[in-house]
Amino acid sequence: MFLEYLNIVLYDLLKIAALLVPVLIAVAMIVWVDRRVWGAVQLRKGPNVVGPFGLLQTAADALKYIFKEIIIPIHANKVIFIIAPIVTMSLALIAWAVIPFSETLVLANINVGILYIFAVSSLGVYGIIMAGWASNSKYPFLGALRSAAQMVSYEVSIGFIIINVLLCAGSLNLVDIVLAQKNIWYAIPLFPMFVIFFISALAETNRPPFDLPEAEAELVAGYQTEYSGMMYALFWLGEYANILLLCGLGSVLFLGGWLSPIDAYPFNAIPSPLWLIFKILFLFILFALVKAIVPRYRYDQLMRLGWKVFLPFSLFWVVLTATFLYFFNLLPK
Amino acid sequence: MIAHAIIFYLLSSITILSSIMVISSKNTVHSVFFLILAFVNVSCLFIMIGAEFIGMILLIVYVGAVAVLFLFVVMMLEGNFVKVKQGFLQYMPFGFFIALVIFFELIIIIGSWQYKSEFIKTAKITYDAKETNTEQIGKLIYTDYFLPFQLSGIVLLVAMIGAILLTFRRRDNLKRQDILKQSSREREDSIELVDVESNKGVKVND
Repeated sequence: MFLEYLNIVLYDLLKIAALLVPVLIAVAMIVWVDRRVWGAVQLRKGPNVVGPFGLLQTAADALKYIFKEIIIPIHANKVIFIIAPIVTMSLALIAWAVIPFSETLVLANINVGILYIFAVSSLGVYGIIMAGWASNSKYPFLGALRSAAQMVSYEVSIGFIIINVLLCAGSLNLVDIVLAQKNIWYAIPLFPMFVIFFISALAETNRPPFDLPEAEAELVAGYQTEYSGMMYALFWLGEYANILLLCGLGSVLFLGGWLSPIDAYPFNAIPSPLWLIFKILFLFILFALVKAIVPRYRYDQLMRLGWKVFLPFSLFWVVLTATFLYFFNLLPK
Repeated sequence: MIAHAIIFYLLSSITILSSIMVISSKNTVHSVFFLILAFVNVSCLFIMIGAEFIGMILLIVYVGAVAVLFLFVVMMLEGNFVKVKQGFLQYMPFGFFIALVIFFELIIIIGSWQYKSEFIKTAKITYDAKETNTEQIGKLIYTDYFLPFQLSGIVLLVAMIGAILLTFRRRDNLKRQDILKQSSREREDSIELVDVESNKGVKVND
């Protein structure tokens, strides 16, 4: 009896490791991709010294962080100060459980997969608030407040965008959502929503041009100001894991997940997980380009864009999609 | 089944302990964090009994939005603990009354547990194992319970508008950014090219 449970638990742990290790390696790689793209846009070389093409730069950085001293400010709230980066990192990783890499290759094929991702990403704000409050210092606190307001605002429009996709797919299950895109990727009929999703994802992950929580000109480093060593690295990796997750979500919702663009010989010979990885990489390179090209938004512009432009527009698009599907008898099932 | 029971008792004991910590911890911000822990555990319990939709919505709405606002308010209010405790005796009878009402409601609920099977018979829910509970809830609230569902939505909307109206005040001495004005500014309005004569300078009219 006990051994049986042990077997199940061990098997599950093995599956989790088989998912998380590639994700962590991918996070390390995209940090490098990000810096290379950024460098290329600014006509620099970017990291190119450590390892072939500088590929091991992130490993060197991680090593440096591990050996640096972790400083906890005297007036900080110790427990919450330490928990905050752990929360950020683990929330960024647990959401990967439901991302489907092929029709069968998914860790947890649950009925409410999209809600699960939405819930986990809405919890992500806690890591930042906790860090900002526990640091007991002005800059982190202001950064945390900004970030909380920003993430809550953009979550609303992401919610409506997800509803658009759900109306077309008729299921909350991510595998079903991808399979519903067999004929046409939702990026084409729902193109405006795809654009808004992309911009909201930038805001949700605190990426430039929406990186106001850590705007270095005003807030030093925002909520990360008091962090050092491995704890800072956890925030940093958590942020990139989150970016990767939202790229993954974007490709599952709009770019047909693991499906190949054309269901013909040279394309469908490539294994399906690779297609998802290509799509994630494509979206991530767009993220990196935006970081390099666009200047930072002002805070009131950011709030205005979220509440006065994206929210009404995505709500209007929900009504439009529903009406269209209803009158043309295209509702799923 | 044993693993199921172990997980259930683990989750429910954490829920109860963190609920106790909510009212007993001295630091209000810690209270809110314990409240969030309780929410998360309750949502796990919902998922355990198969109500995955409600569990996830609990996470999204309460933990993802409501508790964030709680946290905001509590973090801002910090430092006023003495003031908060001043009115304790004044408000105690009222608080006691509310506690009493909740207590009796709980007694009624727990007392009616024995009639559970009859209640289930009167409910309109027809259980179909093939449907996910998202579909079941959707069908129920958009058919049999359509009116109450829409009415509660309107009540929430009115509450939201009320809250915005109560806190909204227009201040006149504030310089606002008018995005339309900013982006419709043309080159001709703001830039003037002048040939400056040497040693004479130019008069700037502003």
